[in-house]
Amino acid sequence: MNAQASPRTGEAALAEALLAPKLPAPKSIASPQRFSVYRNNVVVSLIDAIAATFPAVHALVGDEFFRAAAREFVLGNPPSSPVLLNYGEAFPAWIAAFPPAATVPYLGDVARLEWAWTRAYHAADASPLTAARLADLPPERLLASRAVVHPSMALIASRFPVVSLWAQATRRRAKTSLDLTAAETALVARPGDVVDARAISPAMAAILQALTARETIGAAIARLEHDQTLAAECLAGVLELGLAVDLVPEDAGGGA
Amino acid sequence: MTRTDTDRLPRRSGLPFKPEHFDEIVAAEGGAGWFEVHAENYMGDGGAPHRMLEAIRTLRPLSLHGVGLSIGGEGRLSRDHLRRLKTLIERCRPASFSEHLAWSSHDGVYFNDLLPLPYNAATLARVADHIDETQEALGVRMLLENPSSYTELSGSTLDEIGFLKEIARRTGCGLLLDVNNVYVSAINQGFEPEAYLDGFPIGLIGEVHLAGHAAEIEADGASLLLDSHDRQVDAAVWSLFKRLISTTGPLPTLIEWDSDIPDFKVLQDEAAIADRAIADAEAARIAAQ
Repeated sequence: MNAQASPRTGEAALAEALLAPKLPAPKSIASPQRFSVYRNNVVVSLIDAIAATFPAVHALVGDEFFRAAAREFVLGNPPSSPVLLNYGEAFPAWIAAFPPAATVPYLGDVARLEWAWTRAYHAADASPLTAARLADLPPERLLASRAVVHPSMALIASRFPVVSLWAQATRRRAKTSLDLTAAETALVARPGDVVDARAISPAMAAILQALTARETIGAAIARLEHDQTLAAECLAGVLELGLAVDLVPEDAGGGA
Repeated sequence: MTRTDTDRLPRRSGLPFKPEHFDEIVAAEGGAGWFEVHAENYMGDGGAPHRMLEAIRTLRPLSLHGVGLSIGGEGRLSRDHLRRLKTLIERCRPASFSEHLAWSSHDGVYFNDLLPLPYNAATLARVADHIDETQEALGVRMLLENPSSYTELSGSTLDEIGFLKEIARRTGCGLLLDVNNVYVSAINQGFEPEAYLDGFPIGLIGEVHLAGHAAEIEADGASLLLDSHDRQVDAAVWSLFKRLISTTGPLPTLIEWDSDIPDFKVLQDEAAIADRAIADAEAARIAAQ
């Protein structure tokens, strides 16, 4: 980036200058100072899009810091698609590695949770599996089956209390002081129309990881060292939360 | 392929559908003559947005307004985006589909703004090709909207109205006349908005947009209007609208509002002003006959 006029012409010159604040306005523009209106529209609208997707990160760092950081992000990572509800996937990793945010080490995890929330909100619809469907299945068939998890589901493992931080920042919960060493794994899913984000136990996280990896129910239970009671509780939780949408018997070739 | 009729929006006011107004709209069993949405906001796979859109379109006619096709762009239209639009049109069966005379993507980057192009023989041929391709891919006759502009662009040999007329002649598309854009461009570029309206091919208008704009005074004392869509329609724009409908008769007229979204009642009040103006213009026309 420098202050030399670009050799580009037409649309290419405009496109280049829109995301390069230090470049002069393209020669085709009659009023150079008016070019800043377009430049401002582009950058501010993209910052607004990031702010809309990451409200907790916004609240945690404050408006001035957030907008300055988001400006840097959008200039370096503009969207590639006009479907802006898909814009921001790179932001969690970017903000986690953004040096001025290093004093807030949990920002990246909170941003991952927010990205999962947006993905869940727009995810494909799928009807949760009912308990009745499982009741028909002999236990040995059930253990050999693989569950298809809801397309909206995501797990965010964090060494910070990511769900509590997110819930307080978005005013879903009242502010209390948090123990920042109390690790939480977030479950984000949208079995109906409403996105649910909650902290889950290590056992539940292990079961859901196994199911997501398309392991059989039996293999998932084995991850809990065959603690039958705990496993039964977790599997009941999976059904209650509407996280499984189908069951594929192993002999139906449910994939590896 | 069925060609969707673009003249199915009621010739009265319509409102933008904003999710925060959903419950109120359902409770009122409508609350507006028709609704318009930005197509790109409904391109997720599923969830609440689609459910709300389905509920809205069963209550009132729906206008689908694209903001990201980049019809004015130098590059090829995105096949992916045309496919997404096609899927959405099949899903929500809108009464109208419209897009902008502008570009918004270049070389794999989407700018989220409606950017200007010069008006000349080369851009005319390109835009006409893009509209042919769009109408063919989507199976609809679309409306093309006049842009708001902040400065002149070199390379133009045609005026905007001449350009729009020729595009419509070559492609068969209709036009969406944004009266606020006319006023914003007129003040920013120093032309007479009345003359623009008087020259506009009124028979091609399938929809009108009205919106609020912000005003700034620049360092050299010049007025700069920003097409901000964040407030009530300006008095000068209402005057232009009244002048327009006194000649055209009633037209589907949208009150646009895209940022600092107010209570639904505020939008309804703006819509009522538009409907009153339409009724007054009709009464005056009938009285003059």
